[in-house]
Amino acid sequence: MSQHQPLRLHVPEPTGRPGHATDFSYLHLSPAGQARRPPVDVAPADTSDLAYALVRVLDDQGRAVGPWAPQVDLALLRRGLRAMMKTRVYDARMLIAQRQKKISFYMQCLGEEAIATAHALALQPGDMCFPTYRQQGLLLVRDDIDLVEMICQLMSNERDPIKGRQLPVLYSYKRAGFFTISGNLATQFIQAVGWAMASAIKGDTKIASAWIGDGSTAESDFHTALTFAHVYRAPVILNVVNNQWAISSFQAIAGGEATTFAARGVGCGIASLRVDGNDFLAVYAASCWAAERARSNLGPTLIEWVSYRAGAHSTSDDPSRYRPADDWAHFPLGDPIARLKAHLIALGAWTEAEHEATQKELEAQLAAAQKEAERYGMLTDGHIPSAASMFEDVYKELPEHLRRQRQELLGA
Amino acid sequence: MTMIQALRSAMDVMLARDDNVIVYGQDVGYFGGVFRCTEGLQAKYGSSRVFDAPISEGGIVGSAIGMGAYGLRPVVEVQFADYFYPAYDQIVSEAARLRYRSAGDFSAPITIRMPCGGGIYGGQTHSQSPEALFTHVCGIRTVMPSNPYDAKGLLIACIENDDPVIFLEPKRLYNGPFDGHHEKPVVPWSSHPTSEVPEGHYTVPLESAAVFRAGRDLTVLTYGTMVWVSECAARESGIDAEIIDLRSLWPLDLPTLVDSVKKTGRCVVVHEATRTSGFGAELAALVQEHCFYHLEAPIERVAGWDTPYPHAQEWAYFPGPDRVARAMRRVMEA
Repeated sequence: MSQHQPLRLHVPEPTGRPGHATDFSYLHLSPAGQARRPPVDVAPADTSDLAYALVRVLDDQGRAVGPWAPQVDLALLRRGLRAMMKTRVYDARMLIAQRQKKISFYMQCLGEEAIATAHALALQPGDMCFPTYRQQGLLLVRDDIDLVEMICQLMSNERDPIKGRQLPVLYSYKRAGFFTISGNLATQFIQAVGWAMASAIKGDTKIASAWIGDGSTAESDFHTALTFAHVYRAPVILNVVNNQWAISSFQAIAGGEATTFAARGVGCGIASLRVDGNDFLAVYAASCWAAERARSNLGPTLIEWVSYRAGAHSTSDDPSRYRPADDWAHFPLGDPIARLKAHLIALGAWTEAEHEATQKELEAQLAAAQKEAERYGMLTDGHIPSAASMFEDVYKELPEHLRRQRQELLGA
Repeated sequence: MTMIQALRSAMDVMLARDDNVIVYGQDVGYFGGVFRCTEGLQAKYGSSRVFDAPISEGGIVGSAIGMGAYGLRPVVEVQFADYFYPAYDQIVSEAARLRYRSAGDFSAPITIRMPCGGGIYGGQTHSQSPEALFTHVCGIRTVMPSNPYDAKGLLIACIENDDPVIFLEPKRLYNGPFDGHHEKPVVPWSSHPTSEVPEGHYTVPLESAAVFRAGRDLTVLTYGTMVWVSECAARESGIDAEIIDLRSLWPLDLPTLVDSVKKTGRCVVVHEATRTSGFGAELAALVQEHCFYHLEAPIERVAGWDTPYPHAQEWAYFPGPDRVARAMRRVMEA
């Protein structure tokens, strides 16, 4: 007879379900300013404490404190605040457009605006991001990406730059260093490493920035990316956006219980940071650190951005069925826009009046862009790219069998 | 040259011609590959052009796609075709669709080499012929040579092609042609004219089939090792078969197939891969659609049985010349 009790399968559960408050103590937060800032040539193994800590700059009073407080001019912070606001206005407007059936599908990044916008400002022209579907801030921070064109992609209309072939939000902007988004999760993470390896093979100075969510770290491509990045010391920043949720699954189901995603990096020999993703200054500072590391041939960096998916997973999702309705209000790292706004107001570099005016101006800009995009058609009104264009770009040249199929469709 | 030497020569030529060509995979670098196909290349071109990779097919193909997006032209190896499965998501969801989903913004000009096929007592995971899992995927090209001359010319054409290519190498043909008579000693490539391979650059065009043996009685549509088996079956049965070596499986050279079947009126499709939903089904359907009024007999398929590839029962599984000849006779008698 066995001396042991029967074994039990452990299935992680979030503390908060609908009707019950989440206990966010699992996050293990460090106070602002406490996490040390190592030199960029730090040995990966010497970042293990940072992989379990939290790099934060903005404290609860909106002051920038500690060794990670970046030396940055106010113009960049004002630009960052505006980019976050623009991203949120864009999301809000497109969410409504989806509800009005003007677009078929949408995904917000509500609450995660600081991560992509601040990160983008730390990169240089020519660097390539390999985003997921929740890094629209990488595009919206830029003034050279036309809002009308982005909305045309969402509407799959006659001006859609990717010709109606992709679901809304799966943008592709090579000229902006924004890799074509795939519906298949995690695939881009290893591709980013390959791109970075290519840059190193050619003796270039460009770096790659890879993106993945907490849930997708369970995909095999996450692990191949870390292995290849480490083996070949690829100039890549491996960004894990831990927004606590993968659709309805709490991050513990992805393997986050009693550990961190940053810790995976250290385990693979990659310098790793765990950073407050709702702290624009911390995101900017950590991104600059990692970019400098990569560009100096010192190898890859993994950064876990701790944030919270404030909105629904997508327009097809209802989060009230699996988590508390007021969860975001209790998330200890707050709202990235509110935090940077408070910081700038405390510095005398922003006012409530300016904020309100900027909000109105962005809303007007988005309304105008949407109106113009609608002029080029919508999925629902039939003004879509031609059916014949469906056969193009499968191969570089149109092969004979696709020529025949196109003729069959067109009745020729 | 043997097929191994011809493949190595193709990579050598392309590494020399194009700085963007990069060769890597498991054991590919210092050691020169478990089949010697990349021997000496790292010493000649350096470890930033030819290098060893971790044992991760998904990582190898995924990183190659990223390199392709950057502007390189990676030629990567999966050690056995039986082990490509971990990379299937990257091949199907990514490499094949990059150009389409980005409307040409990005593309993946990569070549994935995979030794394939049986007849070597390779058992279940060293013998498979997974071509139908690629020909079904929109956006990739699937190619398989049957001799050293074609191997080099096709591989160069694939590396230069801007579409992603699956390049399947029948390892049974690496050292010499094989007609299915396992009881006889293997004849080396040196005694066969297709081992005359030019040293420099040349290509065998994609989407071009070769008439391997001209004939009047029936048409055999085949590729890889089965080209040699079919030729042996024709010789031994006395049936004047026209043997078409497809070379490019998909997209393929339809006119050459159709012209041959319209001439002979009879067709046998031969491949090592398992029968059901194998590539032979597509070939039979194409022939039926395009040659219906010229057909004088039902199209026959000779293929591997619908079982995993066994070890001890190698020669009962492998479609040898007797099985092919029986199908030829059935078609002639119908």
